[in-house]
Amino acid sequence: MTTVLAAPTAAPSPGASRTAAPVVTGIGVAAPNGLGTEAWWSAVLRGRSGIRPVSRFDASGYPVKLAGEVPGFVDAEHVSSRLMPQTDRVTRLSLAAAKEALDDAGADPAQLPEHAAGVVTANSFGGFEFGQQELQALWSKGGQHVSAYQSFAWFYAVNSGQISIKHGLRGASGVLVSEQAGGLDAMAHARRQIRKGAELVVTGGIDSALCPWGWAAYLAGGGLTDGEDPARAYLPFAEDASGHVAGEGGALLVLEGAEEARRRGARVHGVLAGHAATFDADGASRLGAAAELALADAGVHPDEIDVVFADAAGERGADRAEAEALAALFGPYGVPVTAPKSMTGRLAAGGAALDVAAALLTLRDQLIPPTTGTELPAEEYRLDLVTGAPAPATGLPLRTALVLARGRGGFNSAVVIRAADA
Amino acid sequence: MERLELDDLKRILRECAGEEEGVDLDGDVLDLNWFELGYDSLAVLQTTGHIEREYDVLLDEEALDDADTPRRYLAMVNEVLSARAAV
Repeated sequence: MTTVLAAPTAAPSPGASRTAAPVVTGIGVAAPNGLGTEAWWSAVLRGRSGIRPVSRFDASGYPVKLAGEVPGFVDAEHVSSRLMPQTDRVTRLSLAAAKEALDDAGADPAQLPEHAAGVVTANSFGGFEFGQQELQALWSKGGQHVSAYQSFAWFYAVNSGQISIKHGLRGASGVLVSEQAGGLDAMAHARRQIRKGAELVVTGGIDSALCPWGWAAYLAGGGLTDGEDPARAYLPFAEDASGHVAGEGGALLVLEGAEEARRRGARVHGVLAGHAATFDADGASRLGAAAELALADAGVHPDEIDVVFADAAGERGADRAEAEALAALFGPYGVPVTAPKSMTGRLAAGGAALDVAAALLTLRDQLIPPTTGTELPAEEYRLDLVTGAPAPATGLPLRTALVLARGRGGFNSAVVIRAADA
Repeated sequence: MERLELDDLKRILRECAGEEEGVDLDGDVLDLNWFELGYDSLAVLQTTGHIEREYDVLLDEEALDDADTPRRYLAMVNEVLSARAAV
C-alpha cells in the first residue's frame, strides 16, 4: 500500500487490452443513507443524511452516541441459511453489495475461464460483532461454546472469501487493510490483477463494527465528535469542526478489462484512469503527493479535474492539510470539492469506495452531490465546497473526478475516475 | 437425554449450519453423506460442538471422521451415549 505507482511508460496499443485502463461496469452499495445504489444515490442528491443515534446497541453510556447505520437490511433477504451462522454483519452487507454489483454489470462469472475473475476488497475491522459474541461465549461459558466459524468469520479477508465462494470467482483474490485509504488501494490492486490477465474483479470496501467492542476501538482511536445533533455533528471543513461520526457500509464495484467489457457489450459506468498511494513522513501529510501522482498516472492535468471527493476528516488540522494540498494542486478555489460522506459518517474501508461510486454517478447525472452540515467552509481553506444542494456542471460537462482518502496511521490514496466516453 | 434422534440432529444441524438450498432435510437423508447434504467439515464440527454441550458428552474425533452420513453419525453418538448410560 505504500508503493507509489509509476506512470505508465508506454501508450496503449490497439488490441493490448491489458494496458488500457480498466472500466467499472457494476456498482453495489450499502450505505447509512440508503441500501442499494439508486436508493442511496437519490438520498445523496437530496442531501438526506443517515447519521442517527446508535440503535444497534445501547450507546447511552458512551461519550459518542451517533453513527451511520445501514437502514432496513433484512439479513435473510441477502444471505442463505447456510451462511447465516458463519457470517458477521459486515460479510452479509458485503454479499448483498457484491450481488448488486454483479447484477448491475450483467456479468456471469460462470461464463468466464475458471481463474479469470477474482475478488479484492478492503476492510479494517473484520467481523467485529461476531468476534465480540464469541469472546463473550469464551469468557462467560467456556471454550466449548465458541463457534467453529469464529476461525474465519472475524477475519479481514472473510468478505473477499465469501464473495468468491458465492459467485465462483476463483481467480487471484485478496484483502487490503489501510483503513479509509483501503477502498481505493483495493481498486488499485484489482487493476494490477487485470493488468496481469484477470478479466473481472469485484473490488471496493465495506466495514461494519457498530457493537460495544467495536465502539471501544473507535473511541480508543480518537477523532470522533461527541456532538449529539445528527445534522451538526460531522462538519467537514467547517470552522467549528469537532471530529467525525463513524458509520458502516461502503460500496463494491465490478472492474473489468476495457476490451472484455467492450466485447460483451457491457454498459460502462466509468474508467479507473489513475491511482497512487503515499505514506505520511515525519508528521507531514503526503496526501497532496498522492493526488499529484494519481493525476500523472492517469495522464491528466489538474485543469482537467472537474470535481474532487475529499477525504474530509472533519478535524481542523487534517482539514487544513487537505485544503492546502488542494490549493497547491488546483489553486485557491480552483476546483469544486465535495464530501457526501457528511451524510454517512466515515465508513473506514467503505468510505472511499462509496466516494468512487458517487464519482461515477456524478459523471453519469452531471450533478455534484452536496456536503451537508457544513454551511460554509472556513475561509482560510480557500475551498470551493459544494454545500446545500447538488451543483450542476457549469459550462463544460463533468468528465473527470479525483477521489482522495486518508487511512489512520498515515495512508494516503488517490484515484482518478473518468467518464466512459471522455 | 439418552439418545440422539434424527429429528434432534436435524434441528441442531439447522441451527448450527443452516440448510442448503435444494436440500430437504425432512426428506430421505439418512444415507446421504455430508457433502451431498451441503455441509462441510466446519458445519459438522459446529454441530458436534453443540451436541457435546447439549448432551454433556465428549465425542471421539477419529470416530467422527467415519461418521459421514446422518445414519452413521447417529450410530456413533448413540453408541457413546448408551455406553455412558450403562456405567
